[in-house]
Amino acid sequence: MRMRLPFSPRHLALVPISALMLLPLVWMFVTSVETLDQTRHFPPTLIPSGFHWSNYRAAWDQAPFGRFFVNSLIVTGTAVASNLLFCSLAGYAFARLRFFGREVLFIALLATLMVPFQVIMIPTFLIVQHLGLVDSLGGLIAPNLVTPFGIFLLRQFFRTLPVDLEEAARIDGCTRLGVLFRIVLPLSLPALATLGIVTFLWTWNDFLWPLIVITSTDQSTVQLGLASFQGAHDTKWNLLMAGNVMALAPMLIVFVVAQRWFVRSLASTGIR
Amino acid sequence: MRPGRRILGSEHLAGWVFVLPATVLIVVFGIIPIGWVVLLSLQHNDLLAAPTWAGLSNYRELVHDPEFRDSVRRTIVYTALFVPISVGGALAVALLLHSEIRFNRFYRTAVFVPVATSTVATGILFNWLLDPTYGIANYLLGKVGLGPYGFFQDPDQALYAIVAMTVWGWLGFDVIIYLAALQGIPGDVLEAAALDGAGRWATFRHVVLPLLSPATLFLVVWSTINALQVFDEIYVTTRGGPLQATTVIVYELYNQAFALFHAGYAAAIALVLFLITLVFSVLQLWVGNRRVHYSS
Repeated sequence: MRMRLPFSPRHLALVPISALMLLPLVWMFVTSVETLDQTRHFPPTLIPSGFHWSNYRAAWDQAPFGRFFVNSLIVTGTAVASNLLFCSLAGYAFARLRFFGREVLFIALLATLMVPFQVIMIPTFLIVQHLGLVDSLGGLIAPNLVTPFGIFLLRQFFRTLPVDLEEAARIDGCTRLGVLFRIVLPLSLPALATLGIVTFLWTWNDFLWPLIVITSTDQSTVQLGLASFQGAHDTKWNLLMAGNVMALAPMLIVFVVAQRWFVRSLASTGIR
Repeated sequence: MRPGRRILGSEHLAGWVFVLPATVLIVVFGIIPIGWVVLLSLQHNDLLAAPTWAGLSNYRELVHDPEFRDSVRRTIVYTALFVPISVGGALAVALLLHSEIRFNRFYRTAVFVPVATSTVATGILFNWLLDPTYGIANYLLGKVGLGPYGFFQDPDQALYAIVAMTVWGWLGFDVIIYLAALQGIPGDVLEAAALDGAGRWATFRHVVLPLLSPATLFLVVWSTINALQVFDEIYVTTRGGPLQATTVIVYELYNQAFALFHAGYAAAIALVLFLITLVFSVLQLWVGNRRVHYSS
């Protein structure tokens, strides 16, 4: 007779997998409340002697994390808003309006998706330099205002909506802009949420472009600030982990609270 | 009606007005740079002084540059490890999570959370976990009689440590895609297979796996593109070292362009990178599309 476990055998695999995924983050937090001496000890101090929250104060004092957050919020907020607006406009035109050159333009815009950013980062830097935007938030924002991915995503979604409503509204004298904003967009919240969330994640976590464009601390984003904070505090691990926790906490909290939305958004970028 | 009038007709005009902002931005930041990077690769350019014409000399230099050749080799080794481990691992984890067992929500959150963790934070965190002297990795591995390892500080281990770290960071995204695909498999297909007497392995091999193949193809192509472009995690941890052991293509590209100011040479590297990415993607899509099973 087969022995039966009192629980699903899946737990035997899922417990160690979850531990592997979570323990690095748990250890980050534990280290962030340890003293410097405790971090310089082997075997490691697994249970800290109380919570040394002063590490957070020290990290906050030694790098302008508040400034980094404001910068990241400005850059990310602008990118999300402008992507939602411009991709909606363009996506709607590509989905519904028949205009001269539509197919060629659509294919040309889409083709740029095939070229990874790393390939064009040098000329992109030169363009931003010509625009006088080096070392400014504007330089961070400009190339992120619109993504061909967003146009494509919204166009595909708009095409699944029934056209009758829009035609009825047009006959009632609604302008095209009115149709888009009053009828199409309210029906497209899932697609807009996907675009917003993906743009948010991508822009907030972006590192390479800020690394190239920004040189001064007060224009740094969270990611860039975090990297230079590491450079300045080499092996003060409790301080570095406190900085890491501060930089990660808002995103992790948003992610866990809105997990359903994040997951649905990321899933819909892959399938179809 | 004259053609000029038609173009100015309201739908044409409205269409262009709607796409204009997006088009201008994509032309400036997406299309012009493509032409420009080709031009740059034919120049000597230090990002400041006026560029001079170089002809094909950047490419000629590139072909004979052992450092570049090594960076390509490392990138391919990294990709060849990262893609199968992350995609295969994600498939296994997704299959485990695709059930109604208790604590499922907790397990899912645990697997997904690194997706929201930025590459920079991941890098700094792993610098600490994998610290050869005080890191917890060596402590835990020591418990089972392994190590101690140098990880990022050992030229023979650094690239593998990067693989492990990036798999941790990316696995959750792949699992999300696989779970969505599993959700899409209709229950009656599995019931039909069971009725036909297919065992669990046969059902998986001949029913589930083919139905997941579009997701697998997407993930393989997507992960390959990302792996060929890996940079952030390396910049934050090893800076391409020790002894260049983790200098991958984009690291070399960044270094040439923005540390050494050889922008023309770096542009040539960028175009070779594009070519490699294109060849891999086309090849995968070509091989994949003959095997992928698209349900109607």
